[in-house]
Amino acid sequence: MDQLFNRKYIVQGLFIVIALILLGKLFYIQIISDAAFVSAESNVLRKIYKYPARGAILDRNMKVIVQNEPVYDLMVTPNEVKPFDTLALAQALDISFEDVRKNLKKARGKSSYQATPFLKQISVQSYARLQEKLYRFPGFRTQDRTIRHYPDSVGGQLFGYVKEVSPVDIEKSEGFYKPGDYKGKSGLEFSYEETLRGEKGVINTVYDAHNTPQGSYADGKYDVNAVSGERLISGIDMRIQKLGEELMTNKVGAIVAIEPASGEILSLVSSPGYDPNLLVGRNQGNNYMQFIVGNPYRPSLVRPIQGYYPPGSSFKPVDALIGLQEGVIDPNTTFFCPGYYMAGNHPVKCEHVDGSISMRRGIARSCNTYFCHVFQKLITKNGMKNQKQTYQEWRDKVAKFGFGSKLDIDMPYERKGYFYTADHYDKIYGKRWGYTNVISQAIGQGEITATPLQMANAMAIIANRGYYIKPHLIKGIGDKNLVKKEYVVKNYVGVDAKYFEPVIDGMQDAVNTSWGTATLSRIPDVILCGKTGTVQNPHGKNHSVFIGFAPRDNPKIAIAVIVENAGYGSTYAAPIASYMIEKYLKGSVSGGRAAQVDWMKNQNLLPLLIDKTKKIKLTKADSLLLKKTDSTKRIKDSLRIKSATIKQTVTTKPKELKSAIDKPVIQK
Amino acid sequence: MQQQQGNRFFFNVDWITVLIYIALCAIGFINIYASVPPEQTAVFGFGTLYGKQLIYIITGLILGLSILLFDGRLFNVFSPFIYGGTLLLLMAVLVIGNKVAGNQAWIAIGSFKLQPAEFAKFGTALLLARYVGAFNPKFRDIKSIMIAGLIVAAPLLLIMLQPDTGSALVFLAFMFPLYREGLSGYFLLIFLGMIVLFIADFLVPTYILVIIITTIAGLFIYNNRRKQKIIFSTVLVTIFAIGYLFLIKVAYEKVLAPHQRSRIELMLGLKTDNKGAGYNVIQSQIAIGSGQGMGRGFLQGTQTKYGYVPEQSTDFIFSTIGEEWGFMGCSVVIGLYMFLLLRLVNLAERQRSTFSRVYGYSVACILFFHIFINIGMTIGIIPVIGIPLPLISYGGSSLWSFTILLFIFLKLDSNRMGFI
Repeated sequence: MDQLFNRKYIVQGLFIVIALILLGKLFYIQIISDAAFVSAESNVLRKIYKYPARGAILDRNMKVIVQNEPVYDLMVTPNEVKPFDTLALAQALDISFEDVRKNLKKARGKSSYQATPFLKQISVQSYARLQEKLYRFPGFRTQDRTIRHYPDSVGGQLFGYVKEVSPVDIEKSEGFYKPGDYKGKSGLEFSYEETLRGEKGVINTVYDAHNTPQGSYADGKYDVNAVSGERLISGIDMRIQKLGEELMTNKVGAIVAIEPASGEILSLVSSPGYDPNLLVGRNQGNNYMQFIVGNPYRPSLVRPIQGYYPPGSSFKPVDALIGLQEGVIDPNTTFFCPGYYMAGNHPVKCEHVDGSISMRRGIARSCNTYFCHVFQKLITKNGMKNQKQTYQEWRDKVAKFGFGSKLDIDMPYERKGYFYTADHYDKIYGKRWGYTNVISQAIGQGEITATPLQMANAMAIIANRGYYIKPHLIKGIGDKNLVKKEYVVKNYVGVDAKYFEPVIDGMQDAVNTSWGTATLSRIPDVILCGKTGTVQNPHGKNHSVFIGFAPRDNPKIAIAVIVENAGYGSTYAAPIASYMIEKYLKGSVSGGRAAQVDWMKNQNLLPLLIDKTKKIKLTKADSLLLKKTDSTKRIKDSLRIKSATIKQTVTTKPKELKSAIDKPVIQK
Repeated sequence: MQQQQGNRFFFNVDWITVLIYIALCAIGFINIYASVPPEQTAVFGFGTLYGKQLIYIITGLILGLSILLFDGRLFNVFSPFIYGGTLLLLMAVLVIGNKVAGNQAWIAIGSFKLQPAEFAKFGTALLLARYVGAFNPKFRDIKSIMIAGLIVAAPLLLIMLQPDTGSALVFLAFMFPLYREGLSGYFLLIFLGMIVLFIADFLVPTYILVIIITTIAGLFIYNNRRKQKIIFSTVLVTIFAIGYLFLIKVAYEKVLAPHQRSRIELMLGLKTDNKGAGYNVIQSQIAIGSGQGMGRGFLQGTQTKYGYVPEQSTDFIFSTIGEEWGFMGCSVVIGLYMFLLLRLVNLAERQRSTFSRVYGYSVACILFFHIFINIGMTIGIIPVIGIPLPLISYGGSSLWSFTILLFIFLKLDSNRMGFI
């Protein structure tokens, strides 16, 4: 018996082992894993979300330019659905019998006891019709939502669009977004998503095992009211934004207008544009495919901040300013122009033979020779040996004007343009290269490309006589009208104010004298200072460019206009700029010029689409395709093309415009 | 020893065990109160589950204390009659019993329902104790094993016929008292081996198991190649094991009901079913797990309050404890049970008479089986087997039968110095 007594310990040991096993498993499911806790919450809790209204956007005159419209999502809880008149529901919703069954099946697949969307974004009209019949369809209820409305139907790329979040968005937000939430996907809607979206409200209701509501969870302790998104005030002037988009009808290009003193963007036109209201509501997906993806001129490219264009002649004022600051020229320096400039043994042609030409006249008449000389002097100021270093110094000075880097506009996906460093040229040419290899950059051609925003910003710098504030679209966030810190800082470009006046003199002459290049674009009673550019384009007709600001003293607007494949800067870009400026400064375009506005709106300058299957390269820097070739040779070639197109342009000059011009002198 | 005889009836009663008994009943009442839907807790009444349970507890306590008034020797003397009586009841229930949820387990007497299987436990325990106490067999011979086996098997088979597999399984607990009295430990090992092989047979292909068993047997025989007896028994065990493996497959398909099969498969993780047979277990685990460390608090359990766990107040009462009192509460309950079980074994060991010792072991092991199977089931380590949690689950039959089981032993224990 005594040795059997020890078996007591075996029995007791077994009890203890089993107790420890039970406690171990309990420890795991209660303390280590929180899966059960989450499941318990999802068992009893049903969340009903209250979606906030997105913040509105106003323009600089406090006109509402982005607002909300109520819509309704029809939600269904499949478990609560009783047999109903499918046909009646289909009619009330204006969808097909089949769709009703399909949507119901889809909702069942998601969850049988949670409310899931049956039909999204029902308009107010359909909702009114549905509302009186809804009692006949148990298990269905409506959920208030809001969608965007853009009263002026312009500014598609500017405002961007709002879309239901994708699974990727949800994952990236680390649980902030839930399926069914909306989110800004591009433009301002994207940049200011966190300000505009507001805070979602939620009502937690407890349900028992039979899916009967048992009242509020924890006495509503965790319920949250929806908070609407904050209002934004933009610097946009809707009057000229609208005019700009109308003027750019059937043209490819961009307009950027900036208030120089504040850096506020007055207008940002990307053409072809589209009506932002197309990307709202139930047809969003179809419209996107049809009007955005389907348009061969690629409206999805936001040209003002993503389009790459060589600045062309509009780059010359920057050359002059750096030359003056460096002391290689003074305002009275003259060079001799025989009609070309010899870079080594390659001539860079001029449009005219002026003989001895001053800086002021050189800017006004856009003399290539003059600025090639300035560039040569800048690069060779330390002799022929150190050109690489002086080039890099020059590049850094130009970069201060905002070229070759992003300006941090409050829009997504801004691009920085190409502007090569000395090291980069080492890679292309080896160690042996000099100013003759890169001379084309003196006249804004060749490797250098800029976005229209950078060009307009360069004008704002000249208008401000030496500094800029980073261009931005939103000047006031919320009720306190906050503005981002970086948008009040003055960025100085390192050129003294006194050097600007001689250059501005030349720009004034370009518009306001008989020998200027943009004489067709004078604005009555306003001194417009500007510079035309005709940018060579190896893929087709030249791009028409104009940059400028007005008035000369205390400038209110700086502008850049690019019309692709439109030929001379003076024929299209300059007049468009002048209408925009006049409208902005005076409120309307006056006199005979009003007729010109209408004429301009009707011009169709869309490039021919030769091969629809081939993507048109609208933005790629021309020169990039020809990296290895000597840039001066290319300019020579293109100048030949240019001279061939002059005649053509003159002969096809429309009568309406001719009659409206005092002196029909076409000069470049 | 017997200096004071202030109270003849309650002299030498182990009051600590009585206190644990009362504590467990109170825990049961509190959690049954929490388990009923909120609208029923508003007014106290004897029509509610917890109202009835309170009556069961009070009557159970009276029943227990009145057992202490009996002469302990009576239980020894009358054990054959008590055993016979419970067998008769088990037979009667098959004829006149009420069918509830497929089981013919209840005899209705007016509004009161009696479950004979609950009472068969102490009937069997008494007779087994008497057999061992009277003949003092050492279970070295087939005959004594057969007799003890028969005493246990008769009620077990009758209960299987109801069919109430869960209650029948509890009768396997009698292995332990017999083991204590001399039954070879190999029986426990064989039993353990059968369970392991049963589970393994579902998780691993049968032929692999056969290879593993024969390999082990081969090595074993090689190591003991001089001992003929060991070689012979090893070969025999191997043949039985392999035969058993194939028998399981057949028996599983032919003998077990579909719901039992799916419970086993769910427990082994061979299938998942959130809505059907797996619903109970999953909801029970969710409720227990959501209690976390300290629990949601009394009456604060959402799973409990809103009826997500079926059989909440009876077989799944532990999920209420887990949800509202957390790991802390679960540890207290398991701790109380363990204290009770270990104490019962210690009390059993201090008995002079074999009858009392065997009975004490039987009580401890029956309680142990109930506790292990019930809690194991609610946390998903044992297939769903519908047996109550002793003293805590709602139900008169169960509470009273455990009360009788326990208090008979307390009476025997208080008489441990006398002659039984």
